[in-house]
Amino acid sequence: MATEHRIIYKHIDLEGWNASIDKYISDGGYSILADTVKRDRAELCAEMEKSKLKGRGGAGFPTGMKWKFLDRKSGKPIYLVCNADESEPGTCKDRLLIYQDPHSIIEGIMCTAYAINAAQAFIYIRGEYINGYRILVNAIEEAKAKGFVGDKICGSDYSCQITVCRGAGCYVCGEETGLISSLAGGRAYPRIKPPYFPAVMGLYDCPTVVNNVETLCWVPKVFKLGGENVSKIGCPLDPGTHVWGVSGQVQKPGRYEIETGSCTLGELLYDLCGGPLAGRRFKAIIPGGSSMKILRWDEKFSIKQPNGTMIERKVEDIPLDSASFMQVGTAIGSCGIIVMDNTVDMPEALANLSAFYAHESCGQCTPCREGTMWMSRITRRICEGGGRLEDVDLLKNVADNICGRTICALGEGAAWPVQSNVSKFRDEYERKIAAQLSQGGLGRADNNAYRLI
Amino acid sequence: MENQKVKVNINGADYEVAAGLNILEACKSLGIEIPFFCYHPSLKVAGSCRMCLVQMGTPARDRATGAPILDENGVQKIAWMPKPVISCGTKVSEGMHILTDSEYVADCRRAVLEFLLLNHPLDCPICDKAGECKLQEYTHAYGRQTSRYVEEKNIKRKKRPLGTKIMVDAERCIQCSRCIRFCKEFIGKSILGFTKRGSKVEIGFYDNADNDSNYLLNVVDGCPVGALTETAFRFKMRTWFLKTTESICGESSAGVNTRVWSRGGKIYRITPRQNPFVNDMFMSDSGRYTFKKYEQRRLDHATIDASPCQTEYAVSRASEILKLGGVAIVANGWQSVEEMYLLGELAKACGAKIYMASHPQPDDGKLVSAEGAPNIRGALITGIISEYPKPNLGDLERQIQGGGVKTILCFGEDLAVLGLQHLLKGVNVIYCGALENDTSAEAKICLPLYSEFEKDGLWVNRQFRIQRFKKAVDAPKAAVNDIDFIAGLLRDATGESFKIPSVGALRAVIASKNEILKDCASVPSSGLVLDGSKFSAIEFPEAAAINFAGATSSKAGE
Repeated sequence: MATEHRIIYKHIDLEGWNASIDKYISDGGYSILADTVKRDRAELCAEMEKSKLKGRGGAGFPTGMKWKFLDRKSGKPIYLVCNADESEPGTCKDRLLIYQDPHSIIEGIMCTAYAINAAQAFIYIRGEYINGYRILVNAIEEAKAKGFVGDKICGSDYSCQITVCRGAGCYVCGEETGLISSLAGGRAYPRIKPPYFPAVMGLYDCPTVVNNVETLCWVPKVFKLGGENVSKIGCPLDPGTHVWGVSGQVQKPGRYEIETGSCTLGELLYDLCGGPLAGRRFKAIIPGGSSMKILRWDEKFSIKQPNGTMIERKVEDIPLDSASFMQVGTAIGSCGIIVMDNTVDMPEALANLSAFYAHESCGQCTPCREGTMWMSRITRRICEGGGRLEDVDLLKNVADNICGRTICALGEGAAWPVQSNVSKFRDEYERKIAAQLSQGGLGRADNNAYRLI
Repeated sequence: MENQKVKVNINGADYEVAAGLNILEACKSLGIEIPFFCYHPSLKVAGSCRMCLVQMGTPARDRATGAPILDENGVQKIAWMPKPVISCGTKVSEGMHILTDSEYVADCRRAVLEFLLLNHPLDCPICDKAGECKLQEYTHAYGRQTSRYVEEKNIKRKKRPLGTKIMVDAERCIQCSRCIRFCKEFIGKSILGFTKRGSKVEIGFYDNADNDSNYLLNVVDGCPVGALTETAFRFKMRTWFLKTTESICGESSAGVNTRVWSRGGKIYRITPRQNPFVNDMFMSDSGRYTFKKYEQRRLDHATIDASPCQTEYAVSRASEILKLGGVAIVANGWQSVEEMYLLGELAKACGAKIYMASHPQPDDGKLVSAEGAPNIRGALITGIISEYPKPNLGDLERQIQGGGVKTILCFGEDLAVLGLQHLLKGVNVIYCGALENDTSAEAKICLPLYSEFEKDGLWVNRQFRIQRFKKAVDAPKAAVNDIDFIAGLLRDATGESFKIPSVGALRAVIASKNEILKDCASVPSSGLVLDGSKFSAIEFPEAAAINFAGATSSKAGE
């Protein structure tokens, strides 16, 4: 039986809990920050590296490494940016932290800021979290009044302000270099690497660390427990917990914080989420926000074990950690599981996703700008009754032509769903298009097709 | 750093290229073409068109120890990048392997071109850029022959005038952002910019904003497609009908390198010609229209006392008048070095003094200098003047008032404007030049000469760089070549019977006689810096030229 292990989500939906600083302090809040500012910075960064904690924003880059890459010799100020632009479809883990436990984020930011010796910290929050913005601003004021943010933190000689900045409703701002461009006042264009590695040429061309909300919430835990101990929580390759946001067609959608590798996908969906809706069957899941490759529920994988033997693994038996998902050709991304059951029409689901990426492509580089639009128009046409049999291969080829050839990861994010969807559910596309053609083809809508975005 | 070389392997062959170059420039220096749209050597790298993708690998090293990883033959393995890289934004490094001719790279290019053409209107038959359009060229070279796109195309704004000089067609734009970067980095203003997102991204500008700059037309040269076209040149002529001639801009002593586009004796446009030491790839808008004045005020027949006459007759009359003595010569800063040399000889032969005026103008700190005449330094070097000329002819005025001058042989200058209008009645004025003005109208003898577009010559710019301009179009029938004219006068004045020299022969003579100009017979197309140390005491009015060559190399080092 799967169980939750709440570390980051300790206070979420807790009876009698609210976002005030008094509540937070009453549960031992800010004590870690008070200890942290007395410690040696190099030692703190070493703890982070020892923890082997991976970033929780989606790419899964080790946080300790990210801090280590910072250009500390340039003499330029170092900036810390908290990426609260949570906009991956299916992901809503940071939202609850912002709304219910803002002080845990602020403590995380201040601990990190001290450890990397940041001159200024920013929180870049997605524009749609209007109340979240107010809550954060209010929480920062509260923390400032108590000396946890601002000048001479906790009586030390370290000072750092936090500025909250709202996005303007743009998905690509979740990409760290796009976020940096937007934060500096420009169009949210992701930047080319080289030379714009954030650790060297980030915000205002100064060294910058961009960390996700959940990652920053981990920082005080690492500083308190020690990197060694944190690395022992869960799976060694991906220590800690993940907050899985399950949405779609399950009995109990919601957020579940689970120690990595402690349970399987099937246990999460059946035990914690209550299984499929009455009378339905699971058909597919997208494991980590819409950008990741889709998994057919009846897929089977041959996995090579460390001892060299091969085992067969069903989708429901995949353990919930990043390495296991990599083995089956997808990734956990931001842990937002989208569940689809047998009532879902896959071409329509894909049309929905493709419309999203076409709408959110920033328009900077050619393959993504034009390719996402093309894929969206093809999938929409298929949904509206105008499919052609060659569209299936065309879609796949367009996605292949985007993948790996763009400035930022939005290209992959848009291409992976199409590549995996089209190849894994090819029969469904062909059936749908054949049915349309049998009725006279173009213009004959055969189902409840609707205009998406 | 300058002379450092790195070894790279491109398409299986080993080469040595300069360190610090990006892959695109390195390949270009070896004659290997990599197609690109958004890259511009003088602007920051955007890396957005993805046309220049290549496969790249570096010698493999063990992550932990840093030791080279060898294959079974003991040769270091190449760690190929999993994704293609942009060659404009990736610098070459020792041992780097690059593939530009693989099937995968061809596929990348084909895909990018297909993407670019999805929403492109494909209106080449009515597009003014056709013939010099990068999208057109690359599609023929690297694209696929048919379209797989059956959806509707995006509709964007067409035919929007940007100021008076440019027409903007947003549908043709491929979002390379060169124009945006040029305005930001060179003009220093944000004039153009993108609006909207994704495939709907549209090039735009603020209506009624301060959208004017004397350098705006460079965005038309930079535009790889027909999104930005020059209003003045639009629909005037297909570019493939035009002949190009290397020339130098006569707008100022900056000596901007240009290309003159002409057909049938008519100039259609002037565009900048790349010279990293002078103007890089840019020029001022005003300089592009210097040919217009010859369309409006061309002197095309000789006159004596305002009555038209045969040129030969006017020339011989001029020669006779000069023999009477009391001659003052007014030269100008648009004359070539060769003409100035001959003029010096003529002055010696007639015992005349040469006067010159400068043409001060505001220095814009870029490519229009404070001196409107392009060849004042040429006059100093040839020795026809010994100090920097004043903006008027005060010295000549005193000479006329003193009664020492009976005849003024004036080349192109408007004496009326230069403060001599009240004295012209008392002397014989022989005016020779390419343009009409008040002096030409009142001159005793008026002779049409060649303009800078109708002859070959050398000018020395503000950097003491001697540069060559070439004949682009034929002069009017009645006009006489400057060199022939001056040499003819010289022959009459000295009584010697020498053959009128060609420009080449004249340059050889000058080279043998003038130490500073010793290499003037073989000036390369990018010009040649002369030794100006002899004139270091002179206070020149121009600001220092922009060091594009330095700027480019530091950019490459970024």
